[in-house]
Amino acid sequence: MLARRIIPCLDVKNGRNVRGVRFSADKDAGDPIALARRYDAEGADELVFYDITASAEKRDIVGKLVRRVSEEVFIPFTVGGGVRTYQDIRIIIEGGAEKASINSAAVHTPEIITQGAESFGSQAIVGSIDAIRRPNSNQSEDVRWEVVINGGRTYTGRDALEWAEELVDRGAGELVLNSIDADGTKDGYDIELNRRVAERVDVPIVASGGAGGPEDMYAVLSKGKASAALAASIFHYNQYSIAEVKTYLAERGVPVRPRIEIDLT
Amino acid sequence: MIAIVNYGMGNLRSVQKAFEHVGAKAVIVDKPEDIDTAERVVLPGVGAFGDAMSNLKTAGLIAPIVRAISEGRPFLGICLGLQLMFAESEEMGQHRGLDILPGKVKRFPEGQRVPQIGWNEVRIQRETVLLDGVPDGSYFYFVHSFFVASERDEDVVGVTDYGIDYASIAGNDRAFGVQFHPEKSQDAGLKILKNFAEKV
Repeated sequence: MLARRIIPCLDVKNGRNVRGVRFSADKDAGDPIALARRYDAEGADELVFYDITASAEKRDIVGKLVRRVSEEVFIPFTVGGGVRTYQDIRIIIEGGAEKASINSAAVHTPEIITQGAESFGSQAIVGSIDAIRRPNSNQSEDVRWEVVINGGRTYTGRDALEWAEELVDRGAGELVLNSIDADGTKDGYDIELNRRVAERVDVPIVASGGAGGPEDMYAVLSKGKASAALAASIFHYNQYSIAEVKTYLAERGVPVRPRIEIDLT
Repeated sequence: MIAIVNYGMGNLRSVQKAFEHVGAKAVIVDKPEDIDTAERVVLPGVGAFGDAMSNLKTAGLIAPIVRAISEGRPFLGICLGLQLMFAESEEMGQHRGLDILPGKVKRFPEGQRVPQIGWNEVRIQRETVLLDGVPDGSYFYFVHSFFVASERDEDVVGVTDYGIDYASIAGNDRAFGVQFHPEKSQDAGLKILKNFAEKV
């Protein structure tokens, strides 16, 4: 049976690790390759590198990071953060990453999703959505979510569920749902958001934002119908190991991949 | 020397780096003569079946690949490369494949999320050196929307369950294909690449 995935997210800037709460980068904790190796050894199913470099050299820095990762870590990985153009996607995929994750740029120019999917296949294009809960004027619906961009600073007026559908129609092979309300709180994922989107589209959903422990992952992978759970700080600061999370999930009947050691000499 | 065939269907760098990691020399090639002189041939690939066959044809790579296999040189198809080994595909119309194995490439039935993305189990159906030291039930990383329906049971080396049971490893003698990405499947995948480079 297909295993549910546990995905640590590494925030990187200028080729180094950063840890952020509510998108404000604060603490340098070293080499992303070393951290990636640690997560791999603990049983991470995939890695996400979220690059917040904001300089003219961004593309070169990202390209170099991608190539280093693909030479040393043999599990799938995604690169996101400021992916705007066909050229950005190309550097990520040709460097050896499985997927490029596209967020704000898709809102500005949705054609980037279509173009990326046509050139590299839907499996290489992740539609990343930052969503925030909004009061609902329509009484027939109890809650709605609005798409925000630029790290949560700009409201787009778009309905997140409709946007999810459009991203998939345009060729996104997977969606990451990042709840801005839950991000950095450790109070748990937005279960309802994940469930609503998962029921609406056929592609796998990666839940993001709010992980405080294994019980949150269990909730979003069961009730929330997500295919994968992404987390950053609980792994980064060693609050929980990936192995602990997987044991917790396995005990509750969630299919997970056990980490095995095979002699490669 | 292992030749990784480049025919414009996806990134091959990860496959090359994974072979290097297990101590095997692998080069990315795109000319017929490079396949003819290779000891071992790897056909990776992601994308559409029809495009892949048309690219192979245009580059004159079909005959050298079929020749390598018929001469008994070790061959490994990865992902789309496995599907191309079969006779035909129903992906966006009907397409002829390399026709090394009898059977058909089909779309997953309704009711499953497609593409299948993630780690799934492979139940080993028969012993082969390709799987030496790989435990039965090992997980591998899959990304695909179509699967191979093999006509001959003896060609099915490994089976995976995604709504239906399908052949995730197929082949015979020294020509094999894997539906998953061994280059992204951690130790279990690297072990298969090492076995292919040293034992097949």
